[in-house]
Amino acid sequence: MFTALFGSVEQGIIYAIMALGVYLTFRVLDFPDLTVDGSFVTGAATAAMMIALGYNPVLATLMAIVAGFIAGCMTGLLHTKGKINPLLSGILMMIALYSINLRIMGLSAENAIVKPNIPLMNSDTIFSQFQGFWGNLGIDDAMNSFIRETLGFQSAPSTWGTVLLVLIVTVIIKFIADWFLKTEVGLAIRATGDNKRMIRSFSANTDSLIVLGLGISNALVAFSGALIAQYSKFADANMGIGMIVIGLASVIIGEAIFGTKTIFRTTLAVVAGAIIYRIIYAIALRIDWLDTSDMKLITAVIVILALVIPQVVDKRREKARKAKRRSERLGEQNVAQGGNHLA
Amino acid sequence: MLRKEGITLLKLEGINKIFNEGTPDEKIALDNINLHLAPGDFVTIIGSNGAGKSTMMNMISGALTPDFGSVIIDGKDVTRLPEYKRSHYIGRVFQDPMAGTAPSMTIEENLAIAYSRNAKRGLRGGVSKGRKDFFRTSLEKLSLNLENRLNAKVGMLSGGERQALSLLMATFTKPAILLLDEHTAALDPSRAELITKLTKQLVEEGNLTTLMVTHNMQQAIDLGNRLIMMDKGQIILTIDEDKKPNLTIPDLMTEFEKIRGEKMNSDRALLG
Repeated sequence: MFTALFGSVEQGIIYAIMALGVYLTFRVLDFPDLTVDGSFVTGAATAAMMIALGYNPVLATLMAIVAGFIAGCMTGLLHTKGKINPLLSGILMMIALYSINLRIMGLSAENAIVKPNIPLMNSDTIFSQFQGFWGNLGIDDAMNSFIRETLGFQSAPSTWGTVLLVLIVTVIIKFIADWFLKTEVGLAIRATGDNKRMIRSFSANTDSLIVLGLGISNALVAFSGALIAQYSKFADANMGIGMIVIGLASVIIGEAIFGTKTIFRTTLAVVAGAIIYRIIYAIALRIDWLDTSDMKLITAVIVILALVIPQVVDKRREKARKAKRRSERLGEQNVAQGGNHLA
Repeated sequence: MLRKEGITLLKLEGINKIFNEGTPDEKIALDNINLHLAPGDFVTIIGSNGAGKSTMMNMISGALTPDFGSVIIDGKDVTRLPEYKRSHYIGRVFQDPMAGTAPSMTIEENLAIAYSRNAKRGLRGGVSKGRKDFFRTSLEKLSLNLENRLNAKVGMLSGGERQALSLLMATFTKPAILLLDEHTAALDPSRAELITKLTKQLVEEGNLTTLMVTHNMQQAIDLGNRLIMMDKGQIILTIDEDKKPNLTIPDLMTEFEKIRGEKMNSDRALLG
């Protein structure tokens, strides 16, 4: 159990980067961007292809980020210059990316143009490289003997290096996002999502800001995809299906639990939401009568509940408030009438 | 009013605009509009609904482009310049108090957006220490105690407070032209009075060249040094600086009847 939860925390921290990207479009730009399902795979495919060809995994990951940025910008251009509705722009780009991703993965093969997946079992990844340095520090042994002997768990994770590495990366990205959203450009992007007419009257080009925002968002999504490919040691053309809903679930769960008072708090909520989602996922998989393939259904149900429950709660509160006011008023009237009667 | 005679800051030349051309809904919104503004002019614009007042404002701001004619600001032809580029020169306050500010952002963040109107936006922090002090002193002018609520979200403010903030944001980078489009119409009378007072104060302080559309005739007479009346897409009456101080509402009604040969449509909007 411990190892399973540990693994889901590791993955959750990596998916948090994707969730931050989804937050940037859905919440900040108010643009429901469905490119994510495609750009997540684009990141994974680009990184896996380059690693398979023998490039340095750090360089491969950087190229994945660039590829995601370009994909996002394309969606932005479809919407702003092509005047296509936001949802449709994202869907078009997502479907286009499916073919493009197969081509990207095909670049790693000598005798094929397209490839549906790339295994990285024996390749060097960011994680294996980090492990080379981390393994020599002896921290893993110390931590695991503590877990086995002091806490009494049977099994312990094979390494603590991965979780530490992804945690550092995600926290850095969270802080960069916080900083960026408070810069002049960041403020303009937020205002674009909030009130386009207003920001245009303050000489900001909303079209460029939307393109830039979508680019950054999908760069983060592709980054997350590149890390997941290296973490799970394979890239697959279908690994992005439903990614947007997972991202949205993370944003909604996080916001519901931690609130959205400030930017700092909201991005923290999104990261925590992604980790919590993975833990729910791990627990759900332990239920006997559920199959791995049911997870998409469960994800959809989580998002639906997270969207509907707050409305129901609000309505009930409103009703209770009204009923209370009404009974107070009736009470006052009765007192007044009673007074008259006596007089 | 530091009006400089002989210099033209804003020039509208032969502006025409037809909406829904070639359909049964065809409407001539602007019909050969010519208007010259000198630096420091404060022109109030009155006219009934559909007279073309807002369309003319949108032509100046760049939200709409004319079918014919040109818009010249400070000697530069800006007719084809998109709205976001033109807004370097133009500050604008809309009728809807919700339109001029970003509700989910704080007061200081909104001010920071307005502050970077003339500069290229970069990766500098939007709200720096120095700017914060400037924002605070600027807000003090409104006397609404907003200077102590810099971190409050604008969505939490009342309509009047939001409109006062919009007005400050539109003016504090000293735009070449200030456009006020019935900016007091959606407010209750006491708030409207406050905003009118602030408008006068901010325009005078900045010596801003201003165009103000209003439904309220008395307001149009009280504010500014010139007045124009529009009807059916045309400017039908211009009252200049020398005649404006003695103007009364009955004067305007008689003028209208003289020009149009019909009684002024005394709808609520026009009489204010």
